[in-house]
Amino acid sequence: MEHARRLTRGPAHRDRVDCARVLHRLACSAAVLSLLACGPPARDVDTLVFWAMGSEGAAADALARDYEARTPGARVRVQQIPWSAAHEKLLTAYVGDAMPDVFQLGNTWVAEFVALGALEPLDARLAASPALASDDWFPGVQAAARVEGVTWAVPWYVDTRVLFYRSDLLAAAGFAAPPASWDGWLAAWRAMKARAPERWPVLLPLGEWEVPVILALQRGAGLLRDGERYGDFRDPRFREALAFYAGLFEQGLAPPAGAGQVANLYQDFAAGFFAALVTGPWNLGEMARRLPPALQDDWATAPIPALDAQHPSVSIAGGACLAIHRGSPRRDAAWRFVEFLSEPAQQVAFHASTGDLPPRAAAWEAPALRDDPRAAAFRAQLASLRATPAIPEWERIAAEITRQAEALVRGEATLDEALARLDGAADAILEKRRWLLARRSEAR
Amino acid sequence: MSRRVPAALWFLAPALAALALFFVAPVAASLLLSLTDFDVYAVGDPSTLRFTGLRNYGALLGDPSFWTALRNTLFFVLVGGPLSVAVSLGGALLVNARAVRLRGFFRTVFFLPVVTTLVAVAVVWRALYHPRVGPLAELFRAFGLPAIDWLGDPRFAMPAIVGMAVWKNFGFNLVIFLAGLQSIPERLYEAARIDGAGAWQQLRHVTLPMLAPTFLFVSISTLIGYFQLFAEPYVMTNGGPSDATLSIVLLMYREGFRWWNLGYAAAVAFVLFLLILAASVLQLRLRRGAALEGAA
Amino acid sequence: MKRRVEALALHAALVALAAATLLPLWWMVAASLMPAGEAASAGLRLWPSRPTFAHYRALFDELHLARQLANSALLATAITAISLAVNTAAGYAFAKLRFRAREPLFRGLLAAMVIPGQVAMLPLFLLLQALGLVNTFAGVIVPGVASIFAIFLVRQYALGIPDSLLDAARVDGAGEARVFWSIALPALRPILVTLAVFTFLGSWNDFLWPLIVLSDDRLQTLPVALANLAGEHVQDTELMMAGAVLTVLPVVVLFVVLQRHYLAGLLAGAVKE
Repeated sequence: MEHARRLTRGPAHRDRVDCARVLHRLACSAAVLSLLACGPPARDVDTLVFWAMGSEGAAADALARDYEARTPGARVRVQQIPWSAAHEKLLTAYVGDAMPDVFQLGNTWVAEFVALGALEPLDARLAASPALASDDWFPGVQAAARVEGVTWAVPWYVDTRVLFYRSDLLAAAGFAAPPASWDGWLAAWRAMKARAPERWPVLLPLGEWEVPVILALQRGAGLLRDGERYGDFRDPRFREALAFYAGLFEQGLAPPAGAGQVANLYQDFAAGFFAALVTGPWNLGEMARRLPPALQDDWATAPIPALDAQHPSVSIAGGACLAIHRGSPRRDAAWRFVEFLSEPAQQVAFHASTGDLPPRAAAWEAPALRDDPRAAAFRAQLASLRATPAIPEWERIAAEITRQAEALVRGEATLDEALARLDGAADAILEKRRWLLARRSEAR
Repeated sequence: MSRRVPAALWFLAPALAALALFFVAPVAASLLLSLTDFDVYAVGDPSTLRFTGLRNYGALLGDPSFWTALRNTLFFVLVGGPLSVAVSLGGALLVNARAVRLRGFFRTVFFLPVVTTLVAVAVVWRALYHPRVGPLAELFRAFGLPAIDWLGDPRFAMPAIVGMAVWKNFGFNLVIFLAGLQSIPERLYEAARIDGAGAWQQLRHVTLPMLAPTFLFVSISTLIGYFQLFAEPYVMTNGGPSDATLSIVLLMYREGFRWWNLGYAAAVAFVLFLLILAASVLQLRLRRGAALEGAA
Repeated sequence: MKRRVEALALHAALVALAAATLLPLWWMVAASLMPAGEAASAGLRLWPSRPTFAHYRALFDELHLARQLANSALLATAITAISLAVNTAAGYAFAKLRFRAREPLFRGLLAAMVIPGQVAMLPLFLLLQALGLVNTFAGVIVPGVASIFAIFLVRQYALGIPDSLLDAARVDGAGEARVFWSIALPALRPILVTLAVFTFLGSWNDFLWPLIVLSDDRLQTLPVALANLAGEHVQDTELMMAGAVLTVLPVVVLFVVLQRHYLAGLLAGAVKE
């Protein structure tokens, strides 16, 4: 009651709020709130933001420092993004107007970001740049960065998939040299399995679409038909490829496990838990770093096996390019940075730290690459690459391939069911593309 | 007195404005979005946006991923929910027993998993569940049990996640049940004992009926929470293996933020809302029915 | 004698349950101190062979997690402070101020609690983009400021403040703001502490929304950084466990220190009906 009496004011103020004081308080709160509206620390107008993914991110940082040292006044900030979140991060950044100036873009995503209107066309810049003469690039590699005749990105590294294998385990099974055909490898793997039934000759993680697609492309399957309007998965060539893929699991040669189930890839490889895997050039660096020194002579690489005389070794033209954001105010500075990264010297340095392969022949002349026996498998493979369909929907369709392949391997669907569902899903995914193409041709 | 601004308006304005702008409006917009085919093309070029009416909902009903997500989520809700509530109730009964010492200590320990960050816990349990080198696998091996690939086997992945969720959440409901138990007047138990009731009968005829309102609160809030399963599958299995841990919210995230099919994702979100609403109403009806029967 | 056996059995059951509850957390801490590779090697290990802080050092030196730690702390504090003000005022108004449509409005809010937040997420993201708040702290704070559950809790508790106390002050001529500030708030202090702890915990542990809104790694919160870590460094179990410990430690400490308030308030809201 004492307490209440001390609040005495005139009767006229009853039930009315003192507006002046409230406004004062609101003003204070607004000030505080505006402080909190701060976003990323204010950056210098000239700082380039560069997004790099995975292990390339760490290497990019070092390269960025070199660039800054060489170019007075230039500043580059590298942000590393894990591959698993990269696709959504880029899309979210695009919608949220928070895109970096330069970014690494997986080859299979180029079409999608072109559809978004997020990329700066680069033909004019490429033509005007002496450093990036276009006859130096591996064929098929530049094609990945071109959509409908326009170049939208500059290849940064090629990532094609080859076989990494334990040469000592192969020899112990009676095969001194790596086989060149699928039949040869199957014989080798069966022999290995017979020797050690509890281990797995080859690791083919179930969440990855690359192997089924490589097998299909090798047989000449087109994956999509009719100008990439419909799924073509019930084509007998794709059917064979998927059946072969599932067969590897049925024969007990590959463990039916996803990538997440492998606690430590390198420990397992070193322990011989699996003796081969299909992976990319970043593992050249990782294996060298993570495998115990005693094992460094016991692993090697080989190109994807040939099917037969008519179907030679084939792999996908993966990799990543460097793209520039169309809406960036620092496009010229970004281009200079891209030119820097594309110099043969930088590409060799990049290879040294990541194992990633340069897309330019000049870089391959460096001793590190020319004389590396393990890189030789990649060099050979680069001569025979196939591209996946360059459409925005590819990533989704690839995810469907993964899904149905997994269902097939786990026995949840028959081959025909899986293929039918795949075609159904692809057709549904491509519906809008068909509508847009029809609309465009009507407009003409 | 004509310029009186009702005091209540000032008090309510910030909260209601925030809710209206950042909750109600987006929910309404979500409904609208679900009637279009907003996708990655529309993000770049709005002229490609089409109004498609209920087509997204139709596509949803024909999408095997949706039915898988629904099945998985229902499994989580109908198995994980009651399991969690049962463990909480059992634990609360244990802690509440008269003979127990250090009640506060046990209560704190049981509540500890509730305050831990879900992402951190998911990371830890992913390591615990590893089929070859995880501690759980080692334990199984020590007891001679066959190794189970918890997160890699489609049959066991969802149960594994249920296990983790129960571990994480049971403390919350335990504390609530404990408070409910402690508010039951002692004289009711005395009266029951005088009538010759044993421990089990006391439980059935005194404890459980008196706990009914608490039980209802716990059940509904657990249900609503469990329908929103997302972080555990996202961190531990990414919806795999074979979409065995794909939940409705994870499907929504995948469609909305990975593929940018905002129209379709909004439809998924709305279906989720309808499910939760239906389940809550159903539970309320059941309880009311049971209460009426009890009273009669 | 029977009582003794009963008591023993009871305590044994409780200890077993407590052990099962604590074991994963124990393993998390133990693994974070193990030398690299040991956690994933054969054999059940509950204690490191040679405890090392190397992974914690790596988190701070190489991965700069200190930044994300600070971000989480800043965001959680800001959200707690602002939402406390906003929700307390609203909860008090629903309990103690008379105005038209009070009951229907409150019932409407309660009903809205059934709507899962994810329904609002996609358009909310587009709205924030239009407002220019994507990739800013405000984008995370502002949508999280009003909480129906918090309003409900405050209202429940405020109902218990005697009207006579408030009316006496009003009779003496105090304005509503004064009444709220000088009489109601002190009376509401217990629930405010609970709400503060509750909101801080919730905000610190929040994952999906910061994941979507904050793309810049300098702004990211700890749970999001940990999820990224888990995606990238799936090979480095010990490092991830260290990250997990770092994420969990602050909130566990906060809870243990303030648990009485937190639990008391929680129960006041939940059980009283």
